[in-house]
Amino acid sequence: MIATLDTIFTRHREQAGALLPILHDIQDALGYVPEEAVPLIAGQLNLSRAEVHGVISYYPHFRQTREAGHVVHLCCAEACQANGSEALAAHAAATLQGAKVTVKPVYCLGLCASGPAMQIDETRLVARVTTEKFDALMNELGARA
Amino acid sequence: MSITLYVPGDAAARALGADEVAAAIEKRAQEFGIKVHVVRNGSRGLFWLEPLVEVLTSRGRVAYGSVQAADVGSLFAANFLEGGEHPLRLGNIEAHPYLSRQQRVTLRRVGVIDPRSLSDYLAQGGGLGLAQARQLSPAAIVQAVTDSGLRGRGGAAFPTGIKWRTVLDTGADEKYIVCNADEGDSGTYSDRLLMEGDPYCLLEGMAIAGLAVGAKRGYLYVRSEYPDAIALLNAALDNAGDWLGDFQIEVRRAAGAYVCGEETALLESIEGRRGIVRSKPPLPAIAGLFGKPTVINNVITFASVPDILARGAAFYRDLGVGRSRGTLPFQLAGNLKFGGLVEVPFGSTLRELLYDYGGGSRSGRPLRAVQVGGPLGAYLPESQFDTVLDYEAFAAIGAVLGHGGIVAFDDTVDMAKQARYAMQFCAHESCGKCTPCRIGSTRGVEVIDRIRAGQREQIPLLRELCDTLTDGSLCAMGGMTPYPVLSALNHFAEDFE
Repeated sequence: MIATLDTIFTRHREQAGALLPILHDIQDALGYVPEEAVPLIAGQLNLSRAEVHGVISYYPHFRQTREAGHVVHLCCAEACQANGSEALAAHAAATLQGAKVTVKPVYCLGLCASGPAMQIDETRLVARVTTEKFDALMNELGARA
Repeated sequence: MSITLYVPGDAAARALGADEVAAAIEKRAQEFGIKVHVVRNGSRGLFWLEPLVEVLTSRGRVAYGSVQAADVGSLFAANFLEGGEHPLRLGNIEAHPYLSRQQRVTLRRVGVIDPRSLSDYLAQGGGLGLAQARQLSPAAIVQAVTDSGLRGRGGAAFPTGIKWRTVLDTGADEKYIVCNADEGDSGTYSDRLLMEGDPYCLLEGMAIAGLAVGAKRGYLYVRSEYPDAIALLNAALDNAGDWLGDFQIEVRRAAGAYVCGEETALLESIEGRRGIVRSKPPLPAIAGLFGKPTVINNVITFASVPDILARGAAFYRDLGVGRSRGTLPFQLAGNLKFGGLVEVPFGSTLRELLYDYGGGSRSGRPLRAVQVGGPLGAYLPESQFDTVLDYEAFAAIGAVLGHGGIVAFDDTVDMAKQARYAMQFCAHESCGKCTPCRIGSTRGVEVIDRIRAGQREQIPLLRELCDTLTDGSLCAMGGMTPYPVLSALNHFAEDFE
């Protein structure tokens, strides 16, 4: 971890307001922002640990623990609500109990004309999701209970 | 000679299988020994037809709609590389009534060009605004923007020229240009379409703003939910060479906080802090990023500027109605048959968008409520569908046009539930700095729950609470949450009984 952090700190040495870019790089590299990284970041940026912790905990994107298994973000914003996202969320909750996937809400993926929309593991977007399409994708992930 | 094909690399097209289609086409072409060049263009915004594949033939571009990887075999069999007949064939997509009736100005290159190619951009009329701006004095650039009548497209509709004038007139050793690309409103995606389909247009607009006010540095703050847009903007910057002169742009990735779309919270976030709203004054134009005078505008605002410089302020000002000049890229979303991007001058009606373009509901049921302007915009009932699309006309009926996002609901919608959602969303996303927004939103959820449980005597309390939010909040997050709540209560009272 230390070597990773050093590389990241070097990359951002000259950058004004570098805290968010540093946190992004750490999470991209390690999958999360470890607790042990907080004092090191604080020292690097001449901030207090509280300030760094405050930023990490403020932004929903940052996490301090590793995700176990797959993460599916279901869009719950209005445009997807208008196309049945609530029923889809209920279906997900009912069929994925105890499965290796965590379903989380997200407020808008920008696919508002093609809802309901979802994102798998922060990389793959899927639009016009039906329950059949959802089940097939979950099977693909090996995530059905 | 290779054959050029266009398979959108836009996130919405990819979410509908465009990557698989592109891979299948390349694989099949290789098997047949045919050389193909697949351009990953932006989306033209006709989402019910995505993935929309176009083939460049001797008779122009021929489109095939809703293509899936499984269709690729039959497309080759139908000789689609020469524009052959096929059930998915649409012909020239620009002749499609959805597009031919529009007046695309700002987004005219989206879906047409290769977004990664600066030479493609320049060949399609890009770059003329920046070249023109380099011949003008800063004051003359600001004057042109003022004369065009352009107002901020992020939702607040503040006159862009006045904002730029303030920054120009404020003396400082350093100034900044900041682009707000934190497009978090549900029902809006025009920023995303532009960034993924024509990123150079945005970069050009920011560089012109730099010349106009004397700034050498720009920041582009993009929401983390848009990884494709971030990648494209970075690719565009890498390929820009010295086209932007000494103007430097840095892309900043947001981190999932909706309230960072509020301009002062956004500045806090770029500076490396929690995205908490600042008290105004001072305005960002006087003391913005790192305390310096800052132009902060939305993506579409900046992207509108190159044409204003290249074609003259009068060209832009002559479009539109009243004090709403130019065009607005409306975004049809939610329960509509033909959801997509419709760029037209101000002045048509909501009904035209919903039915002539949108084709009515996707579910086939009657449309009952339409939310315009994002989660902080009002819900409009059918009786208001003839409202003219113009900032002032919407303000006059207690609604907002905002960023032009339009989310349609059919008659299965429960408007008391939508009102509750608006309060809940505010509670979820409030930055917590001011009490009306932080506490009021949570109390709002509770009051609506009691009303829905039958306590109608709580309705006056809800109205009072909305007054407090409107008048007492620091920014639009708390200040505008009453729009969806009160419009639901006023126009759909039966849902609260």
